[in-house]
Amino acid sequence: MSADRLRMAGPSSLRTEYAPPNRRHRRIVLAHGGGGQLTDELVDEIVRPRLGNALLDELDDSAVFDVEPGRMAFTTDSYVVQPLEFPGGDIGRLAVCGTVNDMAVCGAEPLHLSVGLILEEGLELDVLRRVIDSMATAVAEAGVTVVTGDTKVVARGQADGMYVNTAGLGRVRPDARLALARVRQGDRVIVSRPIGDHGLAVMLQREEAFGIESRLASDVAPLNGLVGALLDACGEDVVFLRDATRGGLAGVLSDLSERTRLHLAVDETRIPLRRETSYAAEMLGLDPLDVANEGTLVAVVRPAVLDAALDALRAHPLGEHAADVGAFGSDEDGLCEIVTEVGGRRVIQKPYGEELPRIC
Amino acid sequence: MSGVRANVAAREALVARARARMAGLAGELGALAGRLGRPMAFMEVCGTHTVNACRSGVHSLIPESVSLVSGPGCPVCVTAQRYIDALVGLGRRPGLIITTYGDMLRVAGAGGSLELARSEGADVRVVTSTREALEVARRNPDRDVVFAAVGFETTAPATASAVLTADREGVENFSVLAAHKLVVPAMTTLLENPDVRIDGFLCPGHVSVVIGSEVYRPVVERYGKPCVVAGFEAVQIMEGIVHLARQAVAGEARLENLYPEAVTPGGNPVAARLIDEVFVPGAAAWRALGEMPASGLDLRKRYQHLDAFHRFGIQLGDDQEPPGCRCAEVITGRCNPLDCMLFGRVCTPIYPVGPCMVSSEGSCQAYFRYRRHEGRRRAPSGAGSVT
Repeated sequence: MSADRLRMAGPSSLRTEYAPPNRRHRRIVLAHGGGGQLTDELVDEIVRPRLGNALLDELDDSAVFDVEPGRMAFTTDSYVVQPLEFPGGDIGRLAVCGTVNDMAVCGAEPLHLSVGLILEEGLELDVLRRVIDSMATAVAEAGVTVVTGDTKVVARGQADGMYVNTAGLGRVRPDARLALARVRQGDRVIVSRPIGDHGLAVMLQREEAFGIESRLASDVAPLNGLVGALLDACGEDVVFLRDATRGGLAGVLSDLSERTRLHLAVDETRIPLRRETSYAAEMLGLDPLDVANEGTLVAVVRPAVLDAALDALRAHPLGEHAADVGAFGSDEDGLCEIVTEVGGRRVIQKPYGEELPRIC
Repeated sequence: MSGVRANVAAREALVARARARMAGLAGELGALAGRLGRPMAFMEVCGTHTVNACRSGVHSLIPESVSLVSGPGCPVCVTAQRYIDALVGLGRRPGLIITTYGDMLRVAGAGGSLELARSEGADVRVVTSTREALEVARRNPDRDVVFAAVGFETTAPATASAVLTADREGVENFSVLAAHKLVVPAMTTLLENPDVRIDGFLCPGHVSVVIGSEVYRPVVERYGKPCVVAGFEAVQIMEGIVHLARQAVAGEARLENLYPEAVTPGGNPVAARLIDEVFVPGAAAWRALGEMPASGLDLRKRYQHLDAFHRFGIQLGDDQEPPGCRCAEVITGRCNPLDCMLFGRVCTPIYPVGPCMVSSEGSCQAYFRYRRHEGRRRAPSGAGSVT
């Protein structure tokens, strides 16, 4: 079929037949997803050299492996961010970290990932290479392996460059006792790093029309190391963990008060926030509290271990700016109240989902 | 690390100073309120003031006898329903592209919202500037591109600039459906209404940058109401309120500009010239306030070819307020959002009934986001209180 087309297209395109094989396609064509030779080529030349390992290289229909007895965590997430590449990361790094973090905040040590790629016809192979490269970096940082995968190609216009789905399997640490039901009066809330960077970095990158120059970079990072350090230091006195992704810190904090039915008092001035982030949010009319993060941990710990928890987090490169932002009070009103910079009080509500670009 | 610690220390010092200043102002306000011996109500005419006051918790710091009333300062909230209907109707024309500021997307008229029309196939694009809208027109030369031009004197210069550019460059497929409004006529109309009882206006910062502070002079002189122009920081808002209260206690009505670094008496001449070159004041329909003479901006005749009303032969219909919606009273300061039966029950930012819940600058949305819990704490006396 492709040979026919080449003949019909005339001598100038015939020359491309003599180019080295890896130069033959610079963009994804439908046949890359057809399960034939081009699919094999894609897997052999782009995916396996970057993500390969003994299990993946089997290329069986399923990855087959032993598990130790104990509790497992299993999760999945799909990634549709636009643009595909943004300051601080790309869709590949996001797809690895997002799923790793969903396991980590459940107290699990992430083990294996699956990767499903949905590629749009016309996607530049160079972009795909960079995305898979960055996936490989994140996989190494998180210490997980990609053990199974799938690639589909859809016609031009039916997807936006590429979408990625990852699922993850992890082993829950026996010393992790994370449950919302354990949260009680006096427990403290810690935020691991400055908030809002991911959502704003992506938005500023996307809306070039805003014309805002910015050095903001996404915080996208695997949090399992940070969580591990915290659990090592404080064990059962860590009562609840969450990564503040979509919905931002406001989403997590309002959820915490609503679901525990306790009053959560937060001091706005203690929430880590970069000045650039705060300016960018103001210009876009957004509240940094509502903006998504991809490497920001919210931890609820018993008051007795507050200092130990902060020390453990701050000793880790991803938790250098960890701060104690608030505490659960005695009222059982289910409200999260913030004391503002000027000493005023207001409630924090779950953002309702704005007219925002796709940020994860 | 030491750099970070130094930053933290510096920030803590700033916070302490701001909190002390705020506490001082709150104290003075309390004393003034005590001396006056009756409740005071001041209206903030600007949506950004409303939001920032709610967001920073200014309401929690002022005495109970002083109330801040939201006025007709949110551009989306004052846009008449008949305009929304015309816009959505236009959006449903095959091949036509609507460009709009994001806030307009969810406002529903009789025929639904732009968001709904978009889900049914209309081509509606959110832009953050008129420059972007023009760019959409340039990139789609074979399609009509209409810009939904709403807002006060703050957004009118940008619309004017786009009209001038389209005219100069001959971007023939571009047009604007203009519903720009003027701030001062809204204020004076409110004062003509005997139901509206306010002791002064916190005048909008952004609009005043364009139109200057002197435009409020008639409000002070003819209606005897204090006017104070203030900035947007919580402390600046609080200062504005204290200055208004001082005047109220002294029985004065003066024009004060507390935001001189941005607002001059005469305003921004470039912006004023742009508006004047493209628009002429005309009667305009306001939600809640009805039709008011010389309260809006019509495109001048010589730019008629860029006027979507003219190009598409649009006649505005009638307004029908959604049943039970009290936005009209909210905009005119006669009703607190928390007193509306629909608030927080059937009317939420996800499923807004009235425009004040749609716009991020709308009073109802600001209350929903930052002050909803106060409904729960209020005494269950009023018929409309949220329990």
